[in-house]
Amino acid sequence: MYDKPRFLLAGDRGLLVEFGAAIAPEINRKVRQIFLSLEKMPIHGVTEVIPTYRSILIFYDPLQSDPDKLKQEILDRENKLDKLEIPPPETIEIQVAYGGDFGPDLDFVAHHNKLSPEEVIEIHTSGTYLIYMLGFTPGFPFLGGLSEKLFTPRLEKPRQFVPAGSVGIAKNQTGIYSIDSPGGWQLIGRTPIKIYDPTRFPPFLLKAGNYLRFKRISGEEFQEIAGTHKD
Amino acid sequence: MDIFEVIQPGAYTTIQDRGRFDYQQYGVPICGIVDSFAYRVANALVGNSQGQAVLEATVFGPTLKVLNQGLIAVTGGNLSPFLNNTPLPMWESVTIRPGDMIQFKGVKGGCRAYIAVAGGIDVPIVMGSRSTYVAGKIGGIDGRPLAAGDRLNKGEGIAKAGNRVPSNLIPTYSNNIEIRVILGPQDDYFSEGIEKFFTSTFKVSDKADRMGYRLEGDIIMHRDGVEKSIISEPSVPGGIQVPPDGQPIILLVEQTVGGYTKIATIISPDIGKVGQAKPGDQIRFKQVDIEEAHRILKMEEEKIESIKMSLMR
Repeated sequence: MYDKPRFLLAGDRGLLVEFGAAIAPEINRKVRQIFLSLEKMPIHGVTEVIPTYRSILIFYDPLQSDPDKLKQEILDRENKLDKLEIPPPETIEIQVAYGGDFGPDLDFVAHHNKLSPEEVIEIHTSGTYLIYMLGFTPGFPFLGGLSEKLFTPRLEKPRQFVPAGSVGIAKNQTGIYSIDSPGGWQLIGRTPIKIYDPTRFPPFLLKAGNYLRFKRISGEEFQEIAGTHKD
Repeated sequence: MDIFEVIQPGAYTTIQDRGRFDYQQYGVPICGIVDSFAYRVANALVGNSQGQAVLEATVFGPTLKVLNQGLIAVTGGNLSPFLNNTPLPMWESVTIRPGDMIQFKGVKGGCRAYIAVAGGIDVPIVMGSRSTYVAGKIGGIDGRPLAAGDRLNKGEGIAKAGNRVPSNLIPTYSNNIEIRVILGPQDDYFSEGIEKFFTSTFKVSDKADRMGYRLEGDIIMHRDGVEKSIISEPSVPGGIQVPPDGQPIILLVEQTVGGYTKIATIISPDIGKVGQAKPGDQIRFKQVDIEEAHRILKMEEEKIESIKMSLMR
């Protein structure tokens, strides 16, 4: 956690406010506090606010505000921040078929960490992960709590196509692709569960602040579940 | 009221408005039009309030059969619009009648054209917007680009034909553009890479869409000893990512968060210029500071206001 937040320009309409340099529950708690304060008492000229791991992006209308005004306002808020009540988190279980076509990078992740693919799966399914934020694509969860034993860099060149449901690792992060999209994460498995479905209400299965666990299933079980989840 | 039947959808034609706001925290990108200037002028020409939905056509425009009388304006890239057998004047409001055919006969300049109709294209509003988000399968018609056989409705509109943008305010789209940027947010991950970034000319690769434009050119090196990626953070349209392979990617309107370092961010009035660039076109970057960026933005707003004023006369 930084002593003072760090302010970075993100173009002519965005101000990025960083609260720390790590993925850590206490830094994210600060992000949530400031974010909730901005939702409750909006700053004049601010058009949208996005909370993430350790930073908040503030979109503003340059005809109504500027970065200096926003910086001052955020520093004032930080000093006055009362502790907000956060509802108790829930834990959701996500079934995953690991390796093979479901997770083409499982062997790479294993090799990179001097583990067997089986050990990678064991470690990945033994964790409980904090859903820090949703983003990248609708409902894509960025999860905290990945074991150091599985840290693996992103692909040197992102893939043009990653199927929805793919479970991946990028550095110290793990997550689930919510839609078919390009992406640079190392893919270790895939879930047949739709974490985002615009035809369902609510469209999002996951919620920031809740917890998630992965459960291993076989390829056959994947097909069975996928079959019953057709839209 | 029915206004168009889609005979041919064109290469990639979607229904877009100014964008979907307030849902980025759930991972829903802004979407909306790429070229804000062309879009806003198109709506102004047909007397629409800002925020009405239009068609965004890409490279090869659609063929539309007119079902009812209405008023349209085509702006943005010149994709050679025709009304029946004669060229359709761009940057101008034009009356269309039942049985008319609107066609596009190929790119002459730019990449994306905007087709506004008085009253706006009417589709259900999803999360506050009519914008099509194809990857998320929402907005527009079933969250997809137009397809042959689609029938498009319009809302109520009143405006007159013959509204015209003064010729000195009509942009020209070149194959070799200079794009203004503000450094950051991760310019401190680069040293010599920054100089290279501003002295190089990049080519738009064929991987260029509403999500982002991959560029080809000199490799932009990260500073020695820094991580080449960051803790994922929100992206803004116009952010220029440099992944570990050193080939920049311009982020456009269908992004929310990302984990690659962003050397610089394109100022909002220049994002539309990127959206009018096609694969093979060349891009150079020029640095401006935040004060200058805001001056440019105010000038852009004044330009749109002066167009609106000229239309009211």
